Amino acid sequence: MQSFKLQPLQSSLVKNLVFFTPISRSFHNSKQSLVDEPPKPVHFKFKLPALRAETLVGGGKKRIDKQHEKGKLTARERLDILLDKDSFREYDAFVEHRCTSFGMDKQHIPGDGIITGHGLINGRLAYLFSQDFTVFGGSLSEEHAKKMCKIMDKAVLVGAPVIGLNDSGGARIHEGVDSLAGYAEVFQRNVSTSGVVPQLSVIMGPCAGGAVYSPAITDFVFMVKNTSYMFVTGPDVVRAVCHENVTQEELGGSKAHTMKSGVAHFAYENDIETLMKVREFFDFLPLSNRESVPVRYTEDSRFRQDAILDTIVPLDPNKPYDMRDIIHRLVDDSHFFEVMPDFARNIVVGFGRMEGKTTAFVANQPKELAGCLDINASKKGARFVRFCDAFHIPIVTLIDVPGFLPGTDQEWNGIISNGAKLIYAYAEVTVPKIAICVRKSYGGAYCVMSSKHLRGDMNYSWPTGEIAVMGAKGAVEIIFRGQDLKKAEADYTEQLCNPLPACKRGFIDDVIIPSTTRTRICEDLEVLKNKKLDNPWKKHGNIPL
Amino acid sequence: MSKQFIRSFATKPVFDKILVANRGEIACRIMRTAKKMGIKTVGVYSDADLSSLHVAKADEVVRVGPAPSNQSYLIIENIINAAKKTGAQAIHPGYGFLSEKREFSKAVADNGMVFIGPHADAIDQMGCKIASKKIAKAAGVNVIPGYVGEVFTPEEVLKIAHQIGYPIMIKAAGGGGGKGMRVAWNDEEAKEGIRLSKEEAKSAFDDDRIFIEKFIDNPRHIEIQVLADNYGNAVYVNERECSIQRRNQKVIEEAPSIFLDPATRKKMGEQAVMLCHAVKYNSAGTCEFIVDPNKNFYFLEMNTRLQVEHPVTEYTTGLDLVEHMIRVAAGEKLSVKQSDIGINGWATECRVYAEDPERGFLPSIGTLVKYKEPEIPEDKSIRIDTGFIDGAEISMFYDPLISKLITYGKTRNESIQRMKEALDSYVIEGVNHNIPFLRAILDQPRYVEGKITTKYIPEMWPDGFKGVVLKPDEKEQLAAGAIIMDLLRAEKAHTISGKLQGFKHDPQSEFVVQFLEEKYNCDVEKTKDGYIITANGNKNIVKDIDWIVDDHIFKATINNKKVVLQMIKPKPEGFVIRHLGTKFDVFVRTKRQAELAPFMPEPIVLDTSKFLVAPMPGMIFSITDKKPGDKVNAGEELCIIEAMKMQNLLKCEKDTTIKKINVKTGQNVGVDEILIEYGD
Repeated sequence: MQSFKLQPLQSSLVKNLVFFTPISRSFHNSKQSLVDEPPKPVHFKFKLPALRAETLVGGGKKRIDKQHEKGKLTARERLDILLDKDSFREYDAFVEHRCTSFGMDKQHIPGDGIITGHGLINGRLAYLFSQDFTVFGGSLSEEHAKKMCKIMDKAVLVGAPVIGLNDSGGARIHEGVDSLAGYAEVFQRNVSTSGVVPQLSVIMGPCAGGAVYSPAITDFVFMVKNTSYMFVTGPDVVRAVCHENVTQEELGGSKAHTMKSGVAHFAYENDIETLMKVREFFDFLPLSNRESVPVRYTEDSRFRQDAILDTIVPLDPNKPYDMRDIIHRLVDDSHFFEVMPDFARNIVVGFGRMEGKTTAFVANQPKELAGCLDINASKKGARFVRFCDAFHIPIVTLIDVPGFLPGTDQEWNGIISNGAKLIYAYAEVTVPKIAICVRKSYGGAYCVMSSKHLRGDMNYSWPTGEIAVMGAKGAVEIIFRGQDLKKAEADYTEQLCNPLPACKRGFIDDVIIPSTTRTRICEDLEVLKNKKLDNPWKKHGNIPL
Repeated sequence: MSKQFIRSFATKPVFDKILVANRGEIACRIMRTAKKMGIKTVGVYSDADLSSLHVAKADEVVRVGPAPSNQSYLIIENIINAAKKTGAQAIHPGYGFLSEKREFSKAVADNGMVFIGPHADAIDQMGCKIASKKIAKAAGVNVIPGYVGEVFTPEEVLKIAHQIGYPIMIKAAGGGGGKGMRVAWNDEEAKEGIRLSKEEAKSAFDDDRIFIEKFIDNPRHIEIQVLADNYGNAVYVNERECSIQRRNQKVIEEAPSIFLDPATRKKMGEQAVMLCHAVKYNSAGTCEFIVDPNKNFYFLEMNTRLQVEHPVTEYTTGLDLVEHMIRVAAGEKLSVKQSDIGINGWATECRVYAEDPERGFLPSIGTLVKYKEPEIPEDKSIRIDTGFIDGAEISMFYDPLISKLITYGKTRNESIQRMKEALDSYVIEGVNHNIPFLRAILDQPRYVEGKITTKYIPEMWPDGFKGVVLKPDEKEQLAAGAIIMDLLRAEKAHTISGKLQGFKHDPQSEFVVQFLEEKYNCDVEKTKDGYIITANGNKNIVKDIDWIVDDHIFKATINNKKVVLQMIKPKPEGFVIRHLGTKFDVFVRTKRQAELAPFMPEPIVLDTSKFLVAPMPGMIFSITDKKPGDKVNAGEELCIIEAMKMQNLLKCEKDTTIKKINVKTGQNVGVDEILIEYGD
């Protein structure tokens, strides 16, 4: 097979370019003819280089400098970083808006504030758009939206992920309802695309108003620290309506969304770091729901056993440890890409690889809130589990959960319906499900966390597992009210706070030596590779949203 | 076949079962010899140590109490009960903890068991530094001029100080390991020193008695290992040089000493044996001497136990000191004569501590996220004594010693060279450690020449250690290594399935590497057995690349020099790499990335000058009684944090006012926790 290489006009050329004056003037024949005959039209092929060059400079040098001053890269520079060298193929570079009101007919910039096309990340195809803040502030016009829709349609057609780099001031107000229509068309595409190909959003500047709902529908949202923000209504409106004084950064910066709201999944230091992390993350994702998970070469053997796993769980049931230490020792090359590391830290979700194949991990984190499930943890876990199901990514669940978090705050904000999301998600998925009870698995939380009863394929326990309705202390206070609680507690612990009762019922398939866990997971994933399970036909279920 | 040979196999081991009343590396080390001798071992553990290596190594284990050592390892009754419960016939105390407690030795004997160490009177006599000096003097051993006796009040200290003249050394009478020990050069330092020494001694040994002696400048610390039995036999097993010390804590030890001539060695050895006879010593022990530049030596103290640094002696003499201790304790006669003991080769020991050499050696605790020891070569010229495995936790309750790394060579230089290589491929991540510092010490020409004294460290790093300073070729090695890592990682990423087949991976050939203030423009050329990396015009020929992508240890030959780098973690644009022990944040950028990188904003950092932050995790031992709004002056003592048995004094760095105090005495704090907020 022959490898081909186009001669792409790299945006690295941009800074060497002269900035062209409008075409109509610059392409008059410069030779003055002596005879008074009409000038001959210049053949288009001679005009093309200049036209092409014009598409590369966006809003012009001044605006590009301004973008750089803000610590941001331009839309094209971002694609240079994100994609394999020379792999970007642009479409619609010459698209211009059709608005005529408010003097817009006099302002045309080819591309209309967005760069779209396809490109490669480590050789794999992705469809991309990159909003150009230097052109009309990256505002969304009818044509701008059309370009977005075009690549999304293509992505679904051929089965490759969509990556959106957002840097837009919002709607092109001059266009009125045309702009709004554009947004709605994009939302519709986002929804139709959801579950067909992965969609990633990278917020690299402002993303305000209705615009936020497109990233919100996509699967994963990246933000850049200090230079990006997302909100439905900005600080001015907040001040006028709620009399709250708040900065853009406080209201909708990366901290707000990765720690408080959970709208964004990741945040990194700057544009380059963020885009490099997108590349790394992309490698975990299948291209579409028609393909299986990607496989990568590794020298890490399935037989690797880390002795420390045998003693990593403290015997004192109240002593915390970092569940991620366990995950790091299970996955290939200790490479675990945690999703939403700063939100609902009592549950850990993310991707690793087992023998080169992408595998999802969901784990309670005893280091935070003792690993309790609460509203945020349930939402975080449920959405992640459903993503994995949509794209055939097997799920390994590590359990150390004392139960659901109590309190009025939780109850009044709906821990019931939110907790139900996680049950719904785990019960609905049909991908291979392997669960390992590391320590506590109590009460309703036992049922939720990939239990046998929710069609868990393999359910193991480490010898440190404790599977019961509740911890010994609480249980004996109910069962043995007014009796010798100390002895009762010891009896209860002896009888129930171990994996044996669950093993006797077959709810736990086996008790395994912790250091053999990696081997077991690899074996099981291979065994379960051709698992076939279908849910009863329905239009769709009704998850308690 | 000789009868004797058969009999030695037929005889029962000297004991059936012994208890090791210690933890960590020394407990593991003792169990190793016990196992070799066919003796079963009993380990003891506190709640913090249930998962420790020494517990895994023991045949049986008994819990002796909660985590703090004064409620577990230091409780004689618990240890004795553990031994009785398991039927141990003898107890080896290791070093530290109860090893030099007379009461313990006595309790062991009173309960019908054998103490693997000297008899209680010897411990008693030598344990008190004041009494030991008197005995030594009487036995004809050279001693330092000073005040032989115990002092109580600051006034007394000042009086004595004026008599013998500054500088003086304040020492804890019941101490060891540098704790409770301080030098004072004037009255003020003497007053502060005595207070801190007393407090430290009290918390470390529960004994706040102190004494004073003349401080000898530019000394070497050389000690003599002795072995003695119950029958009046005693030998000296030559010297160890322990001059490389930081605040009186030994850092690097070696045997033999480059400084001693055979005559001085013999004189020192004979005096040590004289002292043994004087106290009827009957185990392994160590006589510490300080040796002045004119080879005058003075007795310092005798340690009536196995020393931390005993492995260097074992390497150079071929003796197993623990085995001799056990045999002697069982009543056997010493099986070596003075004439049997020689010196063969050279051994160096580095104490690898969990501490931060770039932050004033503050203790560091946490999980050993990655712990991988250097490979032991076939000739066994590397030895690692440790109590930890990959993933284990360094607890705040005990000594921060991670391991002892010992290397052997036919010559001193060979031993040093081997040590450097071993340190470079020793992976310890998760806690800060002193390998960068150890590596820097060994790299100094002064060390290699052997011009060392106990003042070596303060003289070489008067303003504290700030990391290894790379030489130009070492910088290029780092740049070249980082580029190759990046190329190989990219190659691995391209093994992914689902690629468009027509598009071939085209490796980058131009890079810009940046770390610290350095910037290298590099061109890469692939050769048939490696790469040529031209860094700022200088050619680096890289061959023999040995790296499993994403593994920690990267080996290559760069310009015919063997280079070991540790890839600690990949970053979005490069790697964190350890080179010669020190960590570097290395940016590896393609040409395009390098063009765009200058546009990235500087990261925002917290202004720490407005806060007093905890430099390490620990417990607030005391906090200033100043109130918000009160003025404080630069140098004023604001807080003492106790961590790893050490008290760390935190002082105010500038004249300011207190805005808020966030902590209380007794509270546990984490690293970088804000203790006090300052006003403007």
